[in-house]
Amino acid sequence: MAQAQSQSAFFSQLKKYYTFYTGGFIAFVIVLAILEQMGMPNKILGYIFLFATIGLYAGIGIMSRTADVSEYYVAGRRVPAFFNGMATGADWMSAASFIGMAGTLYASGYDGLAFVMGWTGGYCLVALFLAPYLRKFGQFTIPDFLGARYGGNIPRTIGVFAAVVCSFTYVIAQIYGVGLITSRFTGLEFQVGVFVGLAGIMVCSFLGGMRAVTWTQVAQYIILIFAYMIPVVWLSVVHTGNPIPQIAYGQVLQKVTAKEKELNDPSTLLGKAEAEVRAIHKKKQDDTEAKLKSLEAGGAAYLAEEKTKVEAKLTELKAAPTPDAKAVEAAEKAVKDFPADPAAAKAAWKKTADGAKAKAGPVKAHAEPFAGKGAEKKLLRTNPAATPEEIAKAKAEDDAESNKKRKNFLALVLCLMVGTAALPHILMRYYTTPSVKEARQSVFWSLFFIFLLYFTAPALAVLAKFDIYYLLVGSNFSDLPAWVNAWAAVDKTLMSITDLNKDGIVQLAEITIGTDLIVLATPEIAGLPYVISGLVAAGGLAAALSTADGLLLTIANALSHDVYYKMIDPHAPTTRRLAVSKGLLLVVAITAAWVTSLKPGDILFLVGAAFSLAASGFFPALVLGVFWKRANKLGAIIGMLGGLGVCMYYMYMTYPFFGVNAPKWWDIDPISAGIFGIPIGIIGVIVGSLISPAPSKEVQELVDHVRYPNLEGDTSTAAA
Amino acid sequence: MQLTEKHKEYWHRNLKITALLLAIWFIVTFVFSFYARELNEFTFIGFPLGFYFGAQGALIIYVAIIWFYARYMNNLDQEYGVHEGEE
Repeated sequence: MAQAQSQSAFFSQLKKYYTFYTGGFIAFVIVLAILEQMGMPNKILGYIFLFATIGLYAGIGIMSRTADVSEYYVAGRRVPAFFNGMATGADWMSAASFIGMAGTLYASGYDGLAFVMGWTGGYCLVALFLAPYLRKFGQFTIPDFLGARYGGNIPRTIGVFAAVVCSFTYVIAQIYGVGLITSRFTGLEFQVGVFVGLAGIMVCSFLGGMRAVTWTQVAQYIILIFAYMIPVVWLSVVHTGNPIPQIAYGQVLQKVTAKEKELNDPSTLLGKAEAEVRAIHKKKQDDTEAKLKSLEAGGAAYLAEEKTKVEAKLTELKAAPTPDAKAVEAAEKAVKDFPADPAAAKAAWKKTADGAKAKAGPVKAHAEPFAGKGAEKKLLRTNPAATPEEIAKAKAEDDAESNKKRKNFLALVLCLMVGTAALPHILMRYYTTPSVKEARQSVFWSLFFIFLLYFTAPALAVLAKFDIYYLLVGSNFSDLPAWVNAWAAVDKTLMSITDLNKDGIVQLAEITIGTDLIVLATPEIAGLPYVISGLVAAGGLAAALSTADGLLLTIANALSHDVYYKMIDPHAPTTRRLAVSKGLLLVVAITAAWVTSLKPGDILFLVGAAFSLAASGFFPALVLGVFWKRANKLGAIIGMLGGLGVCMYYMYMTYPFFGVNAPKWWDIDPISAGIFGIPIGIIGVIVGSLISPAPSKEVQELVDHVRYPNLEGDTSTAAA
Repeated sequence: MQLTEKHKEYWHRNLKITALLLAIWFIVTFVFSFYARELNEFTFIGFPLGFYFGAQGALIIYVAIIWFYARYMNNLDQEYGVHEGEE
């Protein structure tokens, strides 16, 4: 009873601290806003935001330092459901959610919703299948559960391997985000930004482990949710007069849809100009594709010939009586950037052709799911006298494309959801609540806090689209809004705009927008002061740091606790266990930062791959371990290895980065490789278990133990 | 340790509610998305219905599923006497 009282006292104390903290943070932003009005330069504001927030996290990290094993690994198991929910929210929402999500929705409309649904609906699986049972089991890591449930070191080792592979893949994406934000808002080099961010990550987790990470993540959640909401609410008030964007954007979506129709209709003024620009893109696409064909046939000789042409053009331009400075500059750049060998030329030209192709077609309707190729519409437009057979054929083509997209959408949703319910850094969080009851409530709070952001992202995408379609398209090149030029100066891949048909008016197909721009530039699009931009950057940094922290801790704990303590030296004293864990944390963090600074691959693919791997490797063995008593060691081994193996094999064979490019199975994209790994994992566990003897009585009792929050006469598995 | 009939009944009811909520989750996620093109013919508070489900509706239902499960199971623990002591 005394414990219960102290738990509720602890809760109200935490509430007091974080209320005070939130108030303090708001005051801090207001002070900066006043300083901005008094003329403080933007760059200084950026630095203050960066260092003040990292300093704050460091402060919490130092205050939460600990030398106690249970505090270090599971925050003493007394994190109240509400706060564990916030910490999970920050742990969960990564740079990809905060910065990338709204941009993905802007670019792909309905089809981007796979991420919104996948990354929230997965919590239903966490709640129903895992969180309460893992909490009752009550040890330190996810491989701990596999080790106890299936016995022996092999399932534990596979668990450690899977945990390290998927967490490491994911953490690279986070550190990348940290580097991106730090470099953009302070002007530091990307590589330097990565290591500054890394220092921020380390101060949180190094001294206090899970305890420090938990309390920092709560603080980070508060910053990131404010940073996300303020610009969207403001944008919503400006465009609709309604401060609840999630409701208000329905009418904005209707306007966007109306504009899409207008832009796609060549009989209107806007549509006609748009068609002109698309024709220019189409020509570029055709020219580049022709060049690609010649390259295929001519090889290096053709490339050398092309290079001579480009150089000749430069000489000719320079020799003109009055050289056009701009044209000379462009020609010089063309010579300088000319691909060195046929492979580089193929890659570069293919990119150009694909980019032009994307802009040569009509605008995709935002709310339309699984759009087809548009073959039928194109046919009717180009050939009004098409026969019914031709129309039917075009329609069938559209349907096939649409069904393929739908299949991939559903597969991706499934992989993201099951992956959510299998990522060790999330599952670990449910070890930290005081009871099974609170673990269940804590999943609710987790999803609630995550929901606040994911529920808003689709609104942000549509509101930003409204701004672009109504305010930017059709305006004059002579008076572009300031944010357009500012971002175009920072990075051409984020924002670039060129008057291709030289009519002095902006057409949609003349604008290139990087997906990351939407969130980062929203404050400026909405006309808010720079201090809000700084706040958004701080929010993005909080999202990336908190996720990176959770992941690094998971990797270090799997190695120190599961490999070192459980397998190498079970008699290691506490101080040595913690020392090993901290040492590993440092090594893993530096390795991850080093890999990140090499800028490997595509961030979205890395994230997707982490989910597919976790889904195939962990989910079947974890869930069947609780719900099927007959599942045993051999089953777990076959299921986990089979699932992981199939998933990795499919990615290797089909993801272009690896260069194999084998045909896809049933047209499924490599990002959803888990769709094959999950069933193989389940079948593996079942078959492997049935061909070998049932697990021992002790193991079956362990299953009963985790199924009931409290059993009389039961022994405890909980570690201190 | 021997499980009583009461314990088995508790687990059985847990499985039942888990299956029911999982079915709702499945319909909202996969069936509604599968028919998103068709659902878009209808309008709901200004949104095409299929789009609304993917962007907002499904999320609200997910939160509700988890909220309901936590409440239901915490009550069931009490009813079957398997709740945790005040520790």
